[in-house]
Amino acid sequence: MLLSIKNLHASINGKEILKGIDLDVNKGEVHAIMGPNGTGKSTLASVIAGREVFEVTAGDVRYKGKNLFKLSVEERSREGIFLGFQYPVEIPGVSMTNFMRTAVNEQRKYRGLDPMPAGDFLRMMEEKKKLVEIQSNLTNRSVNEGFSGGEKKKNEIFQMAVLEPTLAILDETDSGLDIDALRIVANGVNTLRTKDNAFVVITHYQRLLDYIVPDFVHVLFEGRIVKSGNKELAMELEEKGYDWIKKEFE
Amino acid sequence: MESITKDSITREMMLDLFGKNAERICRNDTESITANRKKALDSFGKLGFPTTRLEAWKNTDLSESLAKTYDFSFDPLTGASGKKIFQCNIPHLDTAVIGQLNGWYMSKDVPLIELGNGIIMGSLAEAMVRYPDIVDKHLARYADSDHNGLTALNTAFAQDGIFIYVPDNVTSPKPVQMINVIQHSTNIFLQSRNLVIVGKNSRLSLVHCDDSYNYEGSFSNIVTEVFLDENSFVDHYKLQNLNNDSTLVSTTVIHLEKAAHIDSHFISMNGGLIRNNTRIDFQGTDGIANVYGLYLMDRKQHIDNQVFVDHAKPGCTSNEMFKGILDENAHGVFNGHVLVRKDAQKTSAYQSNRNILLTDTAKANSKPFLEIYADDVKCSHGSTTGQLDSEALFYLRQRGISEESARMLLLYAFAAEVVSKVTIPQLRNRIEDMIKKRLQGELQICEQCVLHCSTPEHPLDFKIDISKI
Repeated sequence: MLLSIKNLHASINGKEILKGIDLDVNKGEVHAIMGPNGTGKSTLASVIAGREVFEVTAGDVRYKGKNLFKLSVEERSREGIFLGFQYPVEIPGVSMTNFMRTAVNEQRKYRGLDPMPAGDFLRMMEEKKKLVEIQSNLTNRSVNEGFSGGEKKKNEIFQMAVLEPTLAILDETDSGLDIDALRIVANGVNTLRTKDNAFVVITHYQRLLDYIVPDFVHVLFEGRIVKSGNKELAMELEEKGYDWIKKEFE
Repeated sequence: MESITKDSITREMMLDLFGKNAERICRNDTESITANRKKALDSFGKLGFPTTRLEAWKNTDLSESLAKTYDFSFDPLTGASGKKIFQCNIPHLDTAVIGQLNGWYMSKDVPLIELGNGIIMGSLAEAMVRYPDIVDKHLARYADSDHNGLTALNTAFAQDGIFIYVPDNVTSPKPVQMINVIQHSTNIFLQSRNLVIVGKNSRLSLVHCDDSYNYEGSFSNIVTEVFLDENSFVDHYKLQNLNNDSTLVSTTVIHLEKAAHIDSHFISMNGGLIRNNTRIDFQGTDGIANVYGLYLMDRKQHIDNQVFVDHAKPGCTSNEMFKGILDENAHGVFNGHVLVRKDAQKTSAYQSNRNILLTDTAKANSKPFLEIYADDVKCSHGSTTGQLDSEALFYLRQRGISEESARMLLLYAFAAEVVSKVTIPQLRNRIEDMIKKRLQGELQICEQCVLHCSTPEHPLDFKIDISKI
């Protein structure tokens, strides 16, 4: 078991958002989490990544058998957890190259490896850029600064390709993307998919799942996973919308 | 060298001190310079030292600095060799160095250096004797002694300082580096005066360093007048690295004739109390002034940047960008005042001040201010003060970067916007190094000058490589 979530409760400013989540993710699997807006999808991603504004009030999360909550944000990352941000942050003055080199080398240090030689690093960057069809000058710019919405999302997938995580959580990576960008993002994910890693894809729409075919689909509603199934569930949701879920569980 | 020791500094004491030493103070004067001194002394007699009751000084209190014991000296240094301390160890930085020790021009054997291209640089006291016409024409013509007590005091007392003259149509072949070092066995009060004159179509790079060499206290009241004639360009750097018992009031008045252009950089790394009064006077059309500032303060350090830009003529552009990182109990003040006069149409003026407060006890007062009487202008101002961006911090940490490194990256990136404007590559590299050291808490006061911060024996070692940002 890569990730095991049991009865997870979390709140922000005293307001409970997650009200008992149970979810198991194994290596080699792709899970899609769907649901109406404001039901806790992004909160779940944030809590797994360790965003400090959320308070975990109950439950247990094991990652590779370890208590996830004992790991700092950076330790979770170095252990292979990657969060693709819904709203990637602009960081003026920090170049993409330097950001990625610092990240790669800190991750390598954690694994007892020497820093990657500059030449190897630049070659690796070039290779990964091709994967997401990123313009070459993107990496000389400051992190996300002045990037279009599509560029920001492609940049998330690019970083994922560089860091090669074990568990990638993509938080509404498809939102705001045109069909070409969507295809590029999905293609990146499909290329990186192996039997040793896992993806949790959070999305509001079924559209992305035409490109990234999930093994499991979960519906998150009012802080709980109310329905799980295979990819047919996603198609059913697309057809019927979320109203029938609301009616059933409200 | 004879010193006079005074227990605390008051208006009356200064007036008395001038009276008793007038002969020595006026030793090299022309008649008009002496007349200026008398006038300025009267003005100081009326104004006195600034107090927090004055609007322009409400956030900077000099009373503690003035309550100390200081030594005064009205005679040039004799016998001291300043050569060694003015050596600058920035690799490959090729500058013409002129040094001041405790306010006096050093190297008395060559008080004025006269280059084949007509550039003259050296001691202001000597220039008063050798080039009275040039000095008379410019000295005390730009700095305002009528409304500013400390400028008046400097005009009355200053005996020496740096004089730089670039004739028309000359480009200085290398940057001129003015190094002002304070090294004294007791607290010292000094007032030096610098005069920089750049002729028509001429270009000068000027690096101006204020450093202290040991841990004794000091009060420096320094006035620098810079005159840019038509179509000239000055690339000006002011680097400040003083000990925690130092008080520095540095007034820089920049007068621009038609189509003159100055880029001025104020980089303050350390100092007990630093007050930079900067005045830009556009007295011709189409001038450009970019004024950049960066301050990194901690402990109980105090930095105050006052920038006044007088758009008196049409078509001029001014751009101010000041950024500060304030740690522990540090206090940063920024007051930017842009005055666009009625006839100054087609003015562009921008002001920006951003501060990062690293603790709850650090403090920033920021007041950008535009006063506009013309109607066809482009002006904007902005000010932000806050913590380090927590979203950016989370983003970096989510990629595996430690919190400490992430903070360093963000702080360095914040500062880099100002540093990137430094156009002398060797100087920029050194300033970058110093910022890295400063942000890691390693740089307090350099054992020598501001530019002596790293040595081959102690190479810099950073946990993360931020050289390529």
